[in-house]
Amino acid sequence: MKTIYLDNNATTKTDEEVVKAMLPYLSENYGNPSSIYKLGRENRKAIEDAREKVANAFNCDSNEIYFTAGGSESDNTIIRGIAYSYKSKGNHIITSKIEHPAVLETCKQLEKEGFEISYVGVDEDGIINLNELKNLIRPTTTLITIMFANNEIGTIQPVKEIGEIAKQNKILFHTDAVQAVGSIKIDVKALNIDALSLSGHKFYGPKGIGALYVKQGVKFDKFINGGHQERNKRAGTENVAGIVGLGKAIELAYEDLEKHNEEIKELRDYYVEQVSKKIPYIKINGSMEKRLPGNSNISFRFIEGESLLLNLDLKGICASSGSACTSGSLDPSHVLLAIGLPHEIAHGSLRISIGKYNTKEEIDYVIDSLVEIVGRLREMSPLWEKFIEEEKK
Amino acid sequence: MEYSQKVIEHYTNPQNVGKIEDASGIGEVGNPVCGDIMKMFIKVENNIIVDVKFKTFGCGAAIATSSISTEMIKGKTLEEALKLKNTDVVNSLGGLPPVKLHCSVLAEEAIHEAIADYYRKEGKLTEEEIKQKCSLKK
Ligand SMILES: Cc1ncc(COP(=O)(O)O)c(C=O)c1O
Ligand code: FES
Repeated sequence: MKTIYLDNNATTKTDEEVVKAMLPYLSENYGNPSSIYKLGRENRKAIEDAREKVANAFNCDSNEIYFTAGGSESDNTIIRGIAYSYKSKGNHIITSKIEHPAVLETCKQLEKEGFEISYVGVDEDGIINLNELKNLIRPTTTLITIMFANNEIGTIQPVKEIGEIAKQNKILFHTDAVQAVGSIKIDVKALNIDALSLSGHKFYGPKGIGALYVKQGVKFDKFINGGHQERNKRAGTENVAGIVGLGKAIELAYEDLEKHNEEIKELRDYYVEQVSKKIPYIKINGSMEKRLPGNSNISFRFIEGESLLLNLDLKGICASSGSACTSGSLDPSHVLLAIGLPHEIAHGSLRISIGKYNTKEEIDYVIDSLVEIVGRLREMSPLWEKFIEEEKK
Repeated sequence: MEYSQKVIEHYTNPQNVGKIEDASGIGEVGNPVCGDIMKMFIKVENNIIVDVKFKTFGCGAAIATSSISTEMIKGKTLEEALKLKNTDVVNSLGGLPPVKLHCSVLAEEAIHEAIADYYRKEGKLTEEEIKQKCSLKK
């Protein structure tokens, strides 16, 4: 059976060109980049070339880019790094209710250590409330960390406005742009971003490699102790192949950005439109305007998301859900709850995230499959039965 | 998290899905852990469960446990059906992932509620006796 991969917000298929660029660094180019002989020096150069490519994507200087082991590490590093470094100024941090766990859990850890954290809410479209943000600012606020785009409902946050608010109040602004990089052109200067996290595997690059942009002059504590790699911020012999792959991936992503975005958005809009037409009693979660091109998140009422995913899997379709039953913790998605969904509607949510390798044939197949599966699961659902009986009255 | 082959078989092709229009007893229970709902319909003749159907709003494990437990109580006496434990259900499914064990409790409870409902309709036992016999929580 063919695999139909529609979980591109979870991760993406590594581009073959990226793989090709990486391969030499997994075999003959094995030198330690810190070594002074040619085998080492060449790998140092490969790393610096990749750094240049990342810097080009964000209109920043290459010495403002640090490589990490992924989005989570970037988030952990910078949030804690800034919190500790600016502790003499204050102990208050503002974040949002819809952040990725990499940010939320880091903030919780800081809370345990005595920092104070405020969580800005979002409206029903999944966009953070700017007035609330302004009101949360205190003289002791050192950092605002709010994501660029959400990983579950794809909503794009008013980053420019947040950057301005932060600047006016002399607060540092970090954004987790893991979902945005590769889909949105980001100019860190124009947007007043002081720090930004990204991860290679979300834009057809390798897994386990990411980067952190930190504006010149912003202080942050060293995160991994040891050697002097990454300008003495992150010790450890570099993941050269990963860094080269990340550089290639970011270059490719921004080369054809508009073309890919247009194609992806067209497929996404087609999917949402067809599902809305063919399946009754659904709810589209998150703004359809301020949204990543490939993301869709739809709740199918009266059914549960895990059983939906299992049935899609039987047809070779890969997707994800914010249902309590899939979460491991048995709580529904915090993002869906933050936009005000009741538990049982969050339960039936399905995230289909489209990428550059998807085709219209695949989307048609998914729509047909959904019509059948949703119908069958509703027939099986006591909530559906109750609803239909009440409708009849 | 990995489901056993048997669980996959049951959620792929669940047995006894639906409702019984003239059911002798109906049990509906909700899962306090994740918010799922299971509804069990039984048809009883001469103290024997001659037919059973279910509806479930829940995960793969909830569907599979509903399905297999209906198979396990069909043709059984009420007393035998009441003896069915969620651990028996889990064992016959070849195990469940630990986070999914609570889903199997739902099936056991739904059966007990359906039988209690039957006894109530029959009107021979007092509420206290029914609670005892069906080991109802409330
Ligand atoms: C918004 C966001 N932040 C952080 C991460 C974590 O990135 P990584 O998996 O590279 O650690 C992800 C990906 O799951 C994400 O979507
Ligand atoms: S029914 Fe929710 S986890 Fe099984």
